[in-house]
Amino acid sequence: MLKRYWRLTLAGALLVSGAVQAQGVAANGQQIVMQGDGSGAPCLACHGLDGVGNNAAGFPRLAGMDADYIAKQIRDYNSGNRVSVIMQPNVDNLSEQQILDVAAYYAQQPVPAAAAVSSDAELLTLGEKIAKRGDWNHYIPACESCHGPDSQGMGATFPGIAGQHPNYIKQQLNAWRAGERHNDPNQLMTGVAERLTEQQIEAVAAYLGNQQAVVAEGGQQ
Amino acid sequence: MKPKYVMLAVAAMMSHSALAAEPQVPINLPESKPGQYVHQAPTIDDLMADESINPELRKVILKGHDIFMNTQQFRGKYVFNDMNCKTCHMGEGRMNWSGPVWPAATTLPDYRGKNKHVNSLEERIAGCFAYSMNGTPPAYGSDEMLALTAYHQWLAKSAPVYERNIAGRGFSHLGKQIPEDVSYEKGQAVYEANCAICHGNDGAGQKKDGKVVFPPLWGDGAYNWGAGMTRIYTAASFIKNNMPLSKSGSLTDDEAWNVAWYINSQERPQDPRYTGDAKATREQFIGFHKHSRYGTEVNGKVLGQHDNTGEKPFLKPDNLKPRTFTFE
Repeated sequence: MLKRYWRLTLAGALLVSGAVQAQGVAANGQQIVMQGDGSGAPCLACHGLDGVGNNAAGFPRLAGMDADYIAKQIRDYNSGNRVSVIMQPNVDNLSEQQILDVAAYYAQQPVPAAAAVSSDAELLTLGEKIAKRGDWNHYIPACESCHGPDSQGMGATFPGIAGQHPNYIKQQLNAWRAGERHNDPNQLMTGVAERLTEQQIEAVAAYLGNQQAVVAEGGQQ
Repeated sequence: MKPKYVMLAVAAMMSHSALAAEPQVPINLPESKPGQYVHQAPTIDDLMADESINPELRKVILKGHDIFMNTQQFRGKYVFNDMNCKTCHMGEGRMNWSGPVWPAATTLPDYRGKNKHVNSLEERIAGCFAYSMNGTPPAYGSDEMLALTAYHQWLAKSAPVYERNIAGRGFSHLGKQIPEDVSYEKGQAVYEANCAICHGNDGAGQKKDGKVVFPPLWGDGAYNWGAGMTRIYTAASFIKNNMPLSKSGSLTDDEAWNVAWYINSQERPQDPRYTGDAKATREQFIGFHKHSRYGTEVNGKVLGQHDNTGEKPFLKPDNLKPRTFTFE
């Protein structure tokens, strides 16, 4: 409910000043993406000005991701709810408005065309099964049951994972398994991640990585 | 770990996982009782690999699976709310402790207290359409019914017929006795902390691109007042063993009872058996409604005292007629 709290706060600010933009300003966000927070590397050094990221290095795609989801991750790095020695020093000087601006900027970037990272048909078939049907004998629900149709994301809580870089997906699933990532609301991802086998992680990352991402538009209709 | 839970499922998962350490989010499911039949329902992969199955039968079973997973393809025809079969029968209807559907194929025809006569498998499925899906069933003998019954029966493969002592059947392992200190306020607190993130504070669930992702728990899109899930004990056990998704058994029994009480204290489409008066309908079907809050006063209003049938343009589907077995 942090999101709603912020909205309330911002709505209050709007009433007082009468002119403040409640949401992030993408143009201002672009400046921060290029210049950084004043004490670290600029966002574009890893995520690119276009937000496409880099599979080989495990830098996630941010282009077209849900703005509220991106903002929450930055806040979590700053609060210690999500731990990354790379991210934390690069975002720790951002104000709340700057966080919203960066998030708005990347959310508005067009998603890149799907890259056929994997061509291993057997692996992709197994990955598709995990994404669309799950593996209930091991209590693994389908990715889609929370991340939405075709795993394109559900609002601010469940990010689009279709068209995300496979190396990043693997890295994060392994971080959950190892107890190194724990900023999932209600631990909804932790149990699933730790029940997946290495092969299933490899497969689902390959399958999702091969899919065309769609720009997030918020889950609630 | 509570001793009443066996760690069988967890043990299987731990050997499945590369990390054999204590899981951060264990699956805690109830233990089967000694002497109970424990079924392992086959999967669609097994169906595809089974060369002994006639291709025509395989086609019918696959269609049954498709209807089960995406019942919304019949929205406005058989289904008038946001439910799919899989919404309540998790894991493709195969999972113990999650209302596995195969026992309907091995224990029916049988007498059913809900409608006081002997029901066939088709009539049992029809009940789901009339109540849980707030709709009307496909005709008996139709392609849709054939497909659904074939899927049920195939899931029951190798199970003993008319064996009723079945582990993980239905949703009632917490028993039927509602704890006396259950309350709306406690349930609301549990709901907001654990359920609202997906199902929403208003219980309306979430859709995307017209597809139901998180089902509504009350309101017009939810199961109606005649659905088994309106019984507090059914909802409590379902929640205990299946919710939040991927965290089975994570809520305490007390939390499950309270949140079931809260969810089933909200309005939903009318019971198709409605007589025009919710209190009278409750009394007429008291064997069922003694477990629900229908026809009782909650927060100053009598639950179910309304003419709202949701999206459904009628109250009672034709299949709910009484049946007298007249053969002599």
